[in-house]
Amino acid sequence: MTSSTPTTRSAGRIARTGLAALTLLLVSACYDAAEAGPVTYELPEDTAKLRPGPGVEIAESHCLTCHSPDYIAMQPPKKGHAFWTAEVTKMIKVYGAPIGEADAKAIADYLAASY
Amino acid sequence: MLHRRALLRGAGSALLAGAAVGQARAAPSERITLPFGNGERPLVAYPGKRPLIQMTSRPPQLETPFSVFDEGTITANDAFFVRYHLAGLPNEIDPDAFRLEIKGKVEKPLSLSLGDLKALEPVEIVAVNQCSGNSRGFFEPRVAGGQLANGAMGCARWKGVPLKTVLDRAGVKAGARQVMFEGLDGPVLEKTPDFAKALDLDHARDGEVMLAYAMNGEDLPFLNGFPLRLVVPGYYGTYWLKHLNAITVLDTTFENFWMKPAYRIPDNACGCTEPGKTPTATVPINRFTIRSFITNLTDGATVAAGAETPLRGIAFDGGYGLTEVLVSGDDGRSWSTARLGRDEGRYAFRGWETSLRLPAGEHRLRVRAVNRIGQSQPLEPLWNPAGYLRNVVETTRVTAG
Repeated sequence: MTSSTPTTRSAGRIARTGLAALTLLLVSACYDAAEAGPVTYELPEDTAKLRPGPGVEIAESHCLTCHSPDYIAMQPPKKGHAFWTAEVTKMIKVYGAPIGEADAKAIADYLAASY
Repeated sequence: MLHRRALLRGAGSALLAGAAVGQARAAPSERITLPFGNGERPLVAYPGKRPLIQMTSRPPQLETPFSVFDEGTITANDAFFVRYHLAGLPNEIDPDAFRLEIKGKVEKPLSLSLGDLKALEPVEIVAVNQCSGNSRGFFEPRVAGGQLANGAMGCARWKGVPLKTVLDRAGVKAGARQVMFEGLDGPVLEKTPDFAKALDLDHARDGEVMLAYAMNGEDLPFLNGFPLRLVVPGYYGTYWLKHLNAITVLDTTFENFWMKPAYRIPDNACGCTEPGKTPTATVPINRFTIRSFITNLTDGATVAAGAETPLRGIAFDGGYGLTEVLVSGDDGRSWSTARLGRDEGRYAFRGWETSLRLPAGEHRLRVRAVNRIGQSQPLEPLWNPAGYLRNVVETTRVTAG
């Protein structure tokens, strides 16, 4: 999918799918009955938390928008500041995370100290 | 609720049944420790899945516990690994409303329903899917990324239609170079590059690349790409787009983030660099390296000294065809040939078995596969910065007593 306006895309997708399903019913399109009806899927909730430490709130407010804390916790231990700065930079430059310079530094400091 | 019963009888039965079970069984107390730093993981039963190694919960990334590979050469749907890049998963997919769009440089753009696809002559193939980063956790020096042990692989019988059939119906225009694939899942943030991958046109039209709607005789599990995914036999899972809903024929070489700089390997014969070094040139990751594993003995196992110790396992390669699996009971000083199991096709896990008589003491068992073009596995691990292609000759330490 390439087009979508909401910041969080799932809602848009579901709305479109629902509309398409309705259209399908109206035109009496008919398929194998075994295929009829939407399939839903509920993911278990995140349970992991970021480790405590200076800057954890800043990390929570940015990092957890897109991924769970285990993405951080599984990385090799004690990789140091350069490793974590590179990761934060990648999140901003590649993945488009809206993190300002000061917060980026605070997050890298927190990650280097806590992981 | 017009379709409730039909849903239960069809696609949804496993998913819904799993949903109830999955919520109840997601006990965070069950944990496993993979043999590398920060290797602690919870075992979590997602809907439709047995308890799997949860690498990350959002996006869902689940690794298959290695013991599963001793159950046979087909990996059960409820044990098959799960890998998403981005957390914008659909939580509802209506297979009736689902459409696959074929567009771009084609004579006649198509919009196909699942019914349309299932009306075409089906094909089946038994093929391994393996994550590019499978075994990354074992890299030394360690590298960033998903920290997997050896369980981000699986082998299934896929059913669907050749991509070639659909491309031919659409009529690929002269000058086309690549075919690009997109799925229903997407990023959380609008600015994050959506996951999309491309194959060269000749590859896409080779007759083996498949649009699969079934896996091991059932609908695809939701987390394995329901209702349609790309199957690219012999190639790493990054190309096996899940929830596949758009195919675009291009007259250019597709270079989004996921094609470049992500998912690249060093452009040399070993796909490797000196540990810690950046390659001078890279190419997109492509075929699997050849691998083999002992599945019936785990590292640290105890066996009876002087008795026949049965050994069995699996091997696979990038589709050239395995010719030999060799086993060593003395850390690679001497090797003997294992018996190969049933041949399910050149893209499948190949079972093997043999036995060794081990004297009292500690032993390092090793296993090595060879294929038709003479590829084998290195005795020492190779390294590259992204942690791809791992295929060192595996070592299982056992004590005979």
